Amino acid sequence: MATKTYLEAIRDGIHEEMQRDERVFIMGEDVGAKGGVFGVTDGLQKEFGELRVMDSPLAESCIVGVAIGAAMNGMRPIAEIQFQDFIMPAVDQIVSEAAKIRYRSNNDWSCPMVIRAPFGGGVHGALYHSQSIEAMFCHVPGLRVVVPSTPHDAKGMIVAALRDPDPVLYFEHKRAYRAIKGEVPDGDYTVPLGSAAVVREGDDIAVFSYGMMVHTALEAAEKLAADGFSCEVVDLRSLRPLDREAIVRSASKCGKVLIVQEANLAVSVASEVAAIVAEDCFDSLDAPVMRLGGPEIPAMPYSPPLEHYYLVTPDKVERKLRDLAAY
Amino acid sequence: MAVTKTTASRKQATLDAETLRAMYRNMLRSRLLDERMWVLNRQGRAPFWISGIGHEAVQVAFAMNLRSGEDWAAPYYRDLALTLVLGMTPKDQLLSVLQRADDPNSGGRQMPAHYGCRRYNIITTGSPVGTQLLHACGIALAARMRGEDTVTFTSIGEGGTSGGDFHEALNFAATHKLAVLFVVENNGFAISVPWEKQMPTRDVADRAKAYGIPGVKVDGGDAIACYKAAREAVERARHGDGPTLIEAKVVRLTSHSSDDDQRRYRTAEVIEAEKAQDGLLRFRAQLEELGVLTAGDADEMRAELLLELDKAQEEAEAAPLPEPESALLHVLAEDLR
Repeated sequence: MATKTYLEAIRDGIHEEMQRDERVFIMGEDVGAKGGVFGVTDGLQKEFGELRVMDSPLAESCIVGVAIGAAMNGMRPIAEIQFQDFIMPAVDQIVSEAAKIRYRSNNDWSCPMVIRAPFGGGVHGALYHSQSIEAMFCHVPGLRVVVPSTPHDAKGMIVAALRDPDPVLYFEHKRAYRAIKGEVPDGDYTVPLGSAAVVREGDDIAVFSYGMMVHTALEAAEKLAADGFSCEVVDLRSLRPLDREAIVRSASKCGKVLIVQEANLAVSVASEVAAIVAEDCFDSLDAPVMRLGGPEIPAMPYSPPLEHYYLVTPDKVERKLRDLAAY
Repeated sequence: MAVTKTTASRKQATLDAETLRAMYRNMLRSRLLDERMWVLNRQGRAPFWISGIGHEAVQVAFAMNLRSGEDWAAPYYRDLALTLVLGMTPKDQLLSVLQRADDPNSGGRQMPAHYGCRRYNIITTGSPVGTQLLHACGIALAARMRGEDTVTFTSIGEGGTSGGDFHEALNFAATHKLAVLFVVENNGFAISVPWEKQMPTRDVADRAKAYGIPGVKVDGGDAIACYKAAREAVERARHGDGPTLIEAKVVRLTSHSSDDDQRRYRTAEVIEAEKAQDGLLRFRAQLEELGVLTAGDADEMRAELLLELDKAQEEAEAAPLPEPESALLHVLAEDLR
């Protein structure tokens, strides 16, 4: 067991799985000699060659479309989209094709592939390098959508995604890449897709979150603990499917619920979690379900005051938790 | 890299009689099935059909040059004849048109002519035009990685070449010299929009130059020319010389689909004139002239194929519809909670 960054853990998982399974290859912009714009694939081309770590043309539909074809012909591709913001040209391939291949062929064909993309803001990325648009894909049956928040899960989930028989969107919070460190087991292990994790136990308020916001929520929960309020923090980890049982368990236990995400709230992951709580935990609730997320503006602006205004900070979470505690 | 024009007359001598007859039979088999689909539609027994009538020659030519079950196909919705030569049967496609549970394309989930069958390496296809071209590149890339000498056929109408995936696929396949056959079945109409409003130049094959690959124009009503073009492109691809862009100039002898009426946008004279370019009729005349096929042979062939078709229709009509709840199956490999 060693302490690693979130980024190193993703790379470890890809590296080990490429060693174990020669069907795994990676394709994306700048993934080769440069090792990706964030360095996730650093050193992989040197070890596995230019075919298995392939610099793609600057064309996202091509990256995903080619990966789909390779998946149908027995490979396990990783399609890297440089920023989640640039996934849009590939949406036809993801939603119209990858998501429907098993269903529309009545199980004759399948599309086992992983689409990786960094998301999230707070890195001076402005409108087109900061977005959190995962909810768009959570609406689509036939896709899995996962977001690890710790190095342990980052490795275990990329390996699980590569072994999954269906298309998995694996979103990485770019602020977590180097900011988040943690213990990562050596060798082969997986974290099952579709399962949430209780990362802090508590009785008063259940906080559901994912990605970098899990750490923000933990920071806020710590502050409330000093005043005697105990928060249970649940890392959703899998956004499609959501771990309904885990959500219901924690929400019912605490009776008060806050959902925290960086994305804006309308028709989002938070909306779906709130709906599950409303449907299944109505009798256990002691307060209205509350949500905290980004504002309803097109994307995160560049200038520091504007960017900071967008972000969900530990202070904002703390204020919301105190509102809920006082209810 | 020049755009080459293949003509039938000079090269026909190298095709043996057996191949020519097989080719004719394949074209006729698809035509008869296609016509039956229209009948079923007009009888109200099939809600939709989208036809390949007029496109058969080039499809048959390519399919006959592929190794069924080893090579790959990422077809588009007019490729009925291709699927039959690769191994699918009239019954298979009738099951689809009649939305039966045993439809091998999709189990009755998709509209007809959304072809796919794993047994013959025909990948599942959806309705967006152009996406399959990139899948063909990925299939060929996987074959390259494993050191296989398989080739991948993919096709599209000229309307589909206006979309971005057409460029992205040609760019990628040419950059990596992948074994992909890009076949454009240019019938001059994207539903109702004529080619003049679709593209600035008449020939899609000219665009090959921009990718540094051969662009071949072929008369899609000239079966022998199609066969030659197909054989050449398949050989190039199989020998590692990369992709070819083949443009077959075909005629669409029907409306776009059973929901369309081409009389709204084409004159009766033009529709009538195109019938003379029907590749099936031209091929039959050619084969009779060559002494490869007598009128008696052709009639016998037709009768035999109609018998097969009647039996297939009978079986398909007797096959069960899907169970309603089966709509929930196969979203993912394991059912979601």
